[in-house]
Amino acid sequence: MARIELVGVAKRWGNTVAVEDMRTELEDREFVAILGPSGCGKSTTLFLLAGIYAPTEGEIRFDGVRVNEVEPKDRNVGIVFQSYALYPNMTVEQNIMFPLRFVSMEATEAQKQAREIAELVQIEKLLERRPGQLSGGQQQRVALARALIKKPNLLLLDEPLSNLDATLRLSMRSEIRRIQRELGVTTILVTHDQVEATTMADRIICMNDGRIEQIDTPENLYRRPNTTFVASFVGSPPINLVAGSIRESRFVAGERSFPLSGITETAEVWMGLRPELLAVADEGLPATVATIEPMGREILYGADSPLGFLRFLEAAPLPRFSFGDKVRLATVVENVLFFDGTDGGRIDGASLNEFS
Amino acid sequence: MLNKQGQRQITNALVFLGPACVFLVVLLVIPIIVDLVVAFTDMEQTIIVTELTTEQFRKIVRPNEDALLGFELRGSFYRALAKTAVFVFFTLTIFNITFGLLLALTTTALPDWLGGTFRAIWLLPRMSPSVVYALLWIWVVDPTERGLLNQILVNVFGTEPVNMFLDQPMALIVVANGFIGASIGMLILTSSIRSIPEHLFHAARVDGAGSLSIVRHIVLPALRWPLSYITVFQALALMVSFEYIFLIMGPARSTMTMAMLAYTKTLAPQIGSGQYAYGAAITLILIVFGTVVALVLYRLANMRSLLANPKIEVQ
Repeated sequence: MARIELVGVAKRWGNTVAVEDMRTELEDREFVAILGPSGCGKSTTLFLLAGIYAPTEGEIRFDGVRVNEVEPKDRNVGIVFQSYALYPNMTVEQNIMFPLRFVSMEATEAQKQAREIAELVQIEKLLERRPGQLSGGQQQRVALARALIKKPNLLLLDEPLSNLDATLRLSMRSEIRRIQRELGVTTILVTHDQVEATTMADRIICMNDGRIEQIDTPENLYRRPNTTFVASFVGSPPINLVAGSIRESRFVAGERSFPLSGITETAEVWMGLRPELLAVADEGLPATVATIEPMGREILYGADSPLGFLRFLEAAPLPRFSFGDKVRLATVVENVLFFDGTDGGRIDGASLNEFS
Repeated sequence: MLNKQGQRQITNALVFLGPACVFLVVLLVIPIIVDLVVAFTDMEQTIIVTELTTEQFRKIVRPNEDALLGFELRGSFYRALAKTAVFVFFTLTIFNITFGLLLALTTTALPDWLGGTFRAIWLLPRMSPSVVYALLWIWVVDPTERGLLNQILVNVFGTEPVNMFLDQPMALIVVANGFIGASIGMLILTSSIRSIPEHLFHAARVDGAGSLSIVRHIVLPALRWPLSYITVFQALALMVSFEYIFLIMGPARSTMTMAMLAYTKTLAPQIGSGQYAYGAAITLILIVFGTVVALVLYRLANMRSLLANPKIEVQ
């Protein structure tokens, strides 16, 4: 088990920047998710930690010791790849025991450990099979067992659930979390699925374009996103962002303006409104229903308003409105977020006084 | 409607299978039948046949009461058989497989441009005309002090010059064939190594495997099928290959393999050739041997499952 530090880590291939200025710390036994869209550098970060790639700049430390030059085999990390990367010519048992070949250990002891870990991930009945004879979920468990058998300092999971079907994904989510707690291994999960990240991780590192946008708890990432990128990436359905400006203590968007407090100077801003915090009320912003998307428990509406197209959620099994219906939208004004129009950073202290 | 569709299916079958069938019949079936017939005639010097006879096979075997099957091989044919076995075995095992594998492993481990350059160099002999390649070998092993090998031996190592043609004729043709033959194995194995998913290598490195362990546990298992294919295919190709033997050694008795024997007895200029029926009989035996070897290797290498579905993918 280990404390992991990334100090100004960068990885470039020629002029292509994969990761830039990564700075973060992971506490021992912590479960951290790296969340971001494809190509944001999250898998590169994982491979940097595993030692498969060497950083171009910066320092990676395990328990305070620089490991930049340490070979993957000497880092004692376990990794589960998106494709599982099981060795096709070996049985499940041989796959799980493979990492033990390279440490001095009695064959019987290795076999005993393989059985223990197989029981932990519940594949003890499949030990004689080959990867080709396993389902996706079973392969995933084998990959997890192989990653865990060395009792690694750090467990790395590269989109481990993305190849599973929805039900299996749900059960593996809690399964992985259970195993991680049981073993107390520091774990990093790479994913582009925000639900995966928010449900499994203690903290989330949200990445975009090779940079860290925000490191925070799942709750804070959702309630107090640092940037417009985080605001729109985290939360489903996505947040409504309205472009406007602040003039004389009013938020001005198109022909509308709303009184505002906490900020006086003129600025270009984004206003962020979560769809689930917008609701139909007797008074509020006039809008016309334009799209209706039933999502089971809830219905997602889209409406044309003076602020542009806005999405709002209604918790109801059947649609209450139809196309073209005139509605009025209200929100809890304290929950409205403001972001800087140029760099997208959140503006603290600004709050809307009225929304109509 | 159905009739028209049926017609169309027949036309499609003809268009797609026709050319292959024509080639198969013209280049394989007819020659084998011709060979089979000629082997049992007395065709010699001209294509006129006077009688059907098993005389040709009596030149190859002679009756012997004490032998296992009631006959024994005549000396020249026995030697040809033994030389073929030696030639095929050593060229195949040393060069086509081992050397091809080493080339594939080393060139894929190098950076792309460097590995590619080395592979291109190894392909050069195959790209150059056979005669040029053979002439270069003749110059290299020239028994006088003009030969490259002797120049090196005498000038650099200060040893006596050697005459490969006389002293090591089999080694010479094995090496000459091997240098060309290794490139096929190299190409097939290189592409097989390339098709191993990169994540397997990453996983093995994280699991603690060093380079040699990766070769042993990841690469070699993935090469089992291509290696089987190379073994079967190259064994058959080497059995009937004689162009470099003929170009380098000529019709020398020291390197008279079966294929060389058949060629020398029938078509080789000015050396007692023209024994068409005799050559046909030798070729017929070569065909039988080839079929047996192919079937045995097919069985040993479990080629059926090789041909059935791809074996490299993980899932």
